[in-house]
Amino acid sequence: MVELKKGESLIEANVWDPGDSKEWATPIKPLEEKWKLLPAFLQVKGLVRQHIDSFNHFINVDIKKIVRANELVTSGADPLFYLKYLDVRVGKPDIDDGYNITKATTPHECRLRDTTYSSPITVDIEYTRGTQRIKRNNLLIGRMPLMLRCSNCVLTGKSEFELSKLNECPLDPGGYFVVRGQEKVILIQEQLSWNKMLTEDFNGVVQCQVTSSTHEKKSRTLVLSKHGRYYMKHNSMTDDIPIVVIFKALGIVSDQEIMAHIGIDAKSQNRFGASLLEAFNLKVYTQQRALDYMGSKLVVKRFQSATTKTPAEEARELLLTTILAHVPVDNFNFQMKAIYVSMMVRRVMAAELDKTLFDDRDYYGNKRLELAGSLISLMFEDLFKRMNWELKMIADKNIPKVKAAQFDVVKHMRAAQITAGLESAISSGNWTIKRFKMERAGVTQVLSRLSYISALGMMTRVNSQFEKTRKVSGPRSLQPSQWGMLCPSDTPEGEACGLVKNLALMTHITTEVEERPVMILAFNAGVEDIREVSGNPINNPYVYLVFINGNVLGLTLNHKHLVRNLRYMRRKGRMGSFVSVHTSYTQRCIYIHTDGGRLCRPYIIVENRRPRVKQFHLDDLERGVRKFDDFLLDGLIEYLDVNEENDSFIAWNEEHIEEGTTHLEIEPFTLLGVCAGLVPYPHHNQSPRNTYQCAMGKQAMGMIGYNQKNRIDSLMYNLVYPQAPMVKTKTIELTNFDKLPAGQNATVAVMSYSGYDIEDALILNKASIDRGYGRCLVYKNSKCTVKRYANQTFDRIMGPVKDALTNKVIFKHDVLDTDGIVAPGEQIQNKQIMINKEMPAVTSLNPLEGQSTQVPYTAVPISYKGPEPSYVERVMVSANSEEDFLIKILLRQTRIPEIGDKFSSRHGQKGVTGLIVDQEDMPYNDSGICPDMIMNPHGFPSRMTVGKTLELLGGKAGVLEGKFHYGTAFGGSKVGDIQAELERHGFNYMGKDFFYSGITGAPLQAYIYSGPVYYQKLKHMVQDKMHARARGPKAVLTRQPTQGRSREGGLRLGEMERDCLISYGASMLIMERLMISSDAFEVDVCRTCGRLAYCSWCHFCQSSAHVSKISMPYACKLLFQELTSMNVVPKMILEDY
Amino acid sequence: MSSTKRKEPLLYMEEHRVKEDPQDYGLADDVFNMEVFKKKLQVAIIRNDEDGLEFDMIGVYPAIANAFRRLMLSEVPSMAIEKVYIYNNTSIIQDEVLAHRMGLLPLKADPRLFAYRTEESSEAGTEQDTLEYELKVKCTRRKDASKDQSNFDDIYKNHKVYSGHLKWLPKGKQAQIYSESMVNCIHEDILIAQLRPGHELDLRLVAVKGLGKDHAKFSPVATAYYRLLPQIKLNREVTGKDAYLLQSCFSPGVIGIDENECAYVKDARYDSCSRNVYRYPQLEDSVTLGRVRDHYIFTVESVGSLKPDVIFLEAVKVLKKKCRAFIDEIEAE
Repeated sequence: MVELKKGESLIEANVWDPGDSKEWATPIKPLEEKWKLLPAFLQVKGLVRQHIDSFNHFINVDIKKIVRANELVTSGADPLFYLKYLDVRVGKPDIDDGYNITKATTPHECRLRDTTYSSPITVDIEYTRGTQRIKRNNLLIGRMPLMLRCSNCVLTGKSEFELSKLNECPLDPGGYFVVRGQEKVILIQEQLSWNKMLTEDFNGVVQCQVTSSTHEKKSRTLVLSKHGRYYMKHNSMTDDIPIVVIFKALGIVSDQEIMAHIGIDAKSQNRFGASLLEAFNLKVYTQQRALDYMGSKLVVKRFQSATTKTPAEEARELLLTTILAHVPVDNFNFQMKAIYVSMMVRRVMAAELDKTLFDDRDYYGNKRLELAGSLISLMFEDLFKRMNWELKMIADKNIPKVKAAQFDVVKHMRAAQITAGLESAISSGNWTIKRFKMERAGVTQVLSRLSYISALGMMTRVNSQFEKTRKVSGPRSLQPSQWGMLCPSDTPEGEACGLVKNLALMTHITTEVEERPVMILAFNAGVEDIREVSGNPINNPYVYLVFINGNVLGLTLNHKHLVRNLRYMRRKGRMGSFVSVHTSYTQRCIYIHTDGGRLCRPYIIVENRRPRVKQFHLDDLERGVRKFDDFLLDGLIEYLDVNEENDSFIAWNEEHIEEGTTHLEIEPFTLLGVCAGLVPYPHHNQSPRNTYQCAMGKQAMGMIGYNQKNRIDSLMYNLVYPQAPMVKTKTIELTNFDKLPAGQNATVAVMSYSGYDIEDALILNKASIDRGYGRCLVYKNSKCTVKRYANQTFDRIMGPVKDALTNKVIFKHDVLDTDGIVAPGEQIQNKQIMINKEMPAVTSLNPLEGQSTQVPYTAVPISYKGPEPSYVERVMVSANSEEDFLIKILLRQTRIPEIGDKFSSRHGQKGVTGLIVDQEDMPYNDSGICPDMIMNPHGFPSRMTVGKTLELLGGKAGVLEGKFHYGTAFGGSKVGDIQAELERHGFNYMGKDFFYSGITGAPLQAYIYSGPVYYQKLKHMVQDKMHARARGPKAVLTRQPTQGRSREGGLRLGEMERDCLISYGASMLIMERLMISSDAFEVDVCRTCGRLAYCSWCHFCQSSAHVSKISMPYACKLLFQELTSMNVVPKMILEDY
Repeated sequence: MSSTKRKEPLLYMEEHRVKEDPQDYGLADDVFNMEVFKKKLQVAIIRNDEDGLEFDMIGVYPAIANAFRRLMLSEVPSMAIEKVYIYNNTSIIQDEVLAHRMGLLPLKADPRLFAYRTEESSEAGTEQDTLEYELKVKCTRRKDASKDQSNFDDIYKNHKVYSGHLKWLPKGKQAQIYSESMVNCIHEDILIAQLRPGHELDLRLVAVKGLGKDHAKFSPVATAYYRLLPQIKLNREVTGKDAYLLQSCFSPGVIGIDENECAYVKDARYDSCSRNVYRYPQLEDSVTLGRVRDHYIFTVESVGSLKPDVIFLEAVKVLKKKCRAFIDEIEAE
């Protein structure tokens, strides 16, 4: 029982007090700066808190539970032998530098050195060696890749200065892993909730299914209705089992007792009669008979173990462990399972009568999100079990052997298996859990570092386990229950549309909380244990059943009272703030959830039409006296998950509070995610435009972190002069996008110019480009390792070679330093060598030959490829985890905008540069301002991006006023205020200015809408795409031109183009394109036999008399030869032409 | 300015568009006549100081006015750093970006005293066409700095590289002709880079004469543009509250209010032409906003190497030269 403080009573807060009637009449003052709660929330929770919380829970709590659940290893060979795990710990990150030297490491070192950021998993064990009992502490069983900023990470709790010492960006969110130098994110996986009954119509069959999930087992059980009878279906049984047989097998034998569980009203009796009759017809009367019947329907296991169990016993085992595995059974008392099954039957029966009772699979209350912690915990448990099983096998094998040294199990404990298992799972993304027969690919992805936002966006991504190819709209469409939890805008287009989602700004994903204390609280609040009541009261219409995490806890007569009390206790902090309680009136159930993976978000509590958060609370917050957690503890704010949200009445602002309102939204703009939060005035845009921007914001270049200069990424795009947007949003400030921006404010004139602006093309001002607009840096790396081989040979790096005649270093080696590695700062041209590496020709150990002193070496240089030269920014020489030398070279290019480079505003309006115009040709206005960019007004009518016009207006006023305007969703600076500002500075209130043509010098007839708009430079640049070929390499096999830009390939004249030429009748052109310019080949053909001849000699006819030369495509000749090799003789008949 | 009252050709600024005077057939029909042109052309200098020149050019075709504007922007030469030899750069700023920044530094050197570099001229350049500078900065930790100082100025020496750090290297006889103040950067406080202890810059910079059409850094003006003279005509008497409202719709000093609280047009010249009168239905018909189509108010803002009036004169010279070349071309036919 919970202690209550003096004066506190459970009821007090729940009595509805209408209060002073005068107070009612006064309108509720809006809370000023309510949004300030958000930074406070993010300070506590952070944008990627869900990942970190989940991982922390795993390494601090869950891993200990797993080890405790599998603590004992015994052997059949020696009854005395045992190995017991006493404790397990995940340590601080370190790096193994060989020779048993470990030293503390930092994430950035791991990134640079291509190693894994991991820490040792150590255990304390107790085991027997012979008859001795031995304790060993701190034994390494494997290494755990660490999530950045988790509780064990070196970065946690560090100040900005300390982080910079560790070469880490303070704004980097963490929440990902560094595995073999690669940053890997475990995406959030969306799944159907387990341990939950779902009633649905499956091709006309009404069924109720439950996916049971425990640490040991995962199984799916169905109750379905067929021909008016009810059956249970489970994949361990070949056939559907009549439900009455199940009841009898569960120990509910008499028909009366069964009916008591189902419900004794006449309707239920009528509907269930047929099922009772079927069991009678099957002659199943007793529990034993029922088990026998089930035993006959078992799926025959492939690997039948040597146990001698009767089928009935096996059926019982099945009922005990596999069917509805999550329902507890103690001492073979199946009552709870019987109650659960009866409930499933009732759900089916109810749904048969009332179609509205079907559950919605896509409803987010029926979903759980799996995070890194739970996924790694599954993987670790599997690996740990495998290790223990292998130890047992070793013990079984070795104990009987008589040896000088006694069997010591510690000597056989290898850390490599768990280490490699975890590492390869995270780096490949293949999640194979043997005990659940689970095989998933693509669980992890490489963290996209194109821009800061793309990295952040990836951390909030939710992946659905749904087949992408199926064409169903349900799981893809926007669900009302996504409100506030998942961003409605941020989803990719195309095949993954609606399946890949992103969390909204304030969403939190729960981690598991202990359910025992909640259960005790519930019992104290008046829940009666179900095992103590018979079947009848369960079906009483006034009785509400109470579920906790999908299991029946008991029942209550006064459900309102119970729910109120539980919520009150949560607000008082007597149970975890993420415990949710909600009532389902149609099912007459109260659900309590304490499990992990539920989506939830905080709300302000409203009582008696007054929000509990008062202005002085917010003032306290601003002064720093109050933190977000204090709001939670004081019961001013609480977390609601999707189910409880559905049970509440939430006002989205103070004005909408009315009678019965339970909660108040903190800020409406938090319903958008990180990426959609960048868009100013998104509520004025056509919705797909916001979706497009969400995809494009991830391709924008800018800054990726304060540590970007220390990184050696395989590809990195940076802007030379990035700017914070003139029109900001609250989200931008909260996500620190203004500190790591990706774009520049360009002065845009919306007008037509020159015709090179059709189809969204943009006109750029040359002077702006000269002054640095859109300038970007492209970094690429190339790396190589210098290895040692088993036969005592090793790779070597040679110095530059000099030309024998001129005594000058040859062109290829021109940029090499004397050590054979390119020197930093050098400009490097196409085909020049960066690392002059040589490899021994023989690397394997040949026992026959012995050691030859002189090993021939072959050159394997690392050379530069690319039409434009690059500069060498940095050369790094280090060692990787295999103790090979690792050389990384960072190459840099500075790129100036050119025609064809892609730009985009923040409103899904992308365009390529169509023309670069000299400044004097650009139009200019009365104050001499000439735009950086001209955009064609045709971009507006069909796209309806009103937000962009507002951004322009706000930006213009902001520039004049010297301040930033806000374009926050559902808020932001008002157009009227912006216009007043423009007017004050002598500008037209509509934002339209008098312009002069730069070419003719005459004034333009129209006023031009102009002002600054934030433009992003996207990563697609012509330089990476331009491609043409006149002549070039050919493929070896077919002798046709190669394919693709990277191989300098040809541009294919395809089938449709060929059709055009045929219809036109340009046969000689076809001949030229398809043969002469491609793979023309001269062959000899024998006119008598029609076969291919060789060197004017027909091998078949043994003559050269009738051999002619013709030319044909080499591919055709190849076909003939291949056909010949298959005993098909193609013959050619030649005629005069 | 215009002493003789003349019929001013107008453009009308309506609420949503610019409309020509229906009586005005434009200049297109005029047959060019030098005498008429000379008579019509008026130039009046309004303001001429260090940072700007404002003058009126009245009675010309837009093409001619525009030609001067364009020439000032892109064809009046100036000196700018064109080549940067980087001997050492251990700062975090990339070589190319550093070079780009150096190029944009405005130099004091008078471009008229230098010649263009030609195709044949040597890499090193001569004293007639090249100015050389060096930038040698090394950042060090101040030894006398105490541990609890947090201001970078107190801890580091040379941690900010300014354009003032540039040192002119006289070439040949240049030292006798020019003084340092004649060729150095115009502004000494342009931040080029930030350094930290151990960082070092060692650059040799070569400045040449060039044209703005080549690169914006060679443009001698920050901007050069003209606008048409605004003209405001009150169609009816506006008094009382409306008068003050009307006053607020224009730039300060444009509309005056007399003792009868009656609005009158004081000086339309400096109106920003915001056309915000049209916002108010009660004022909409009270004014006619116009612009004098052949009255150009030029504004030339110099970067600093040449005085703005000199820049204009240079532009005139360029135009003259172009005309001469064109005439030669025609006559050669």
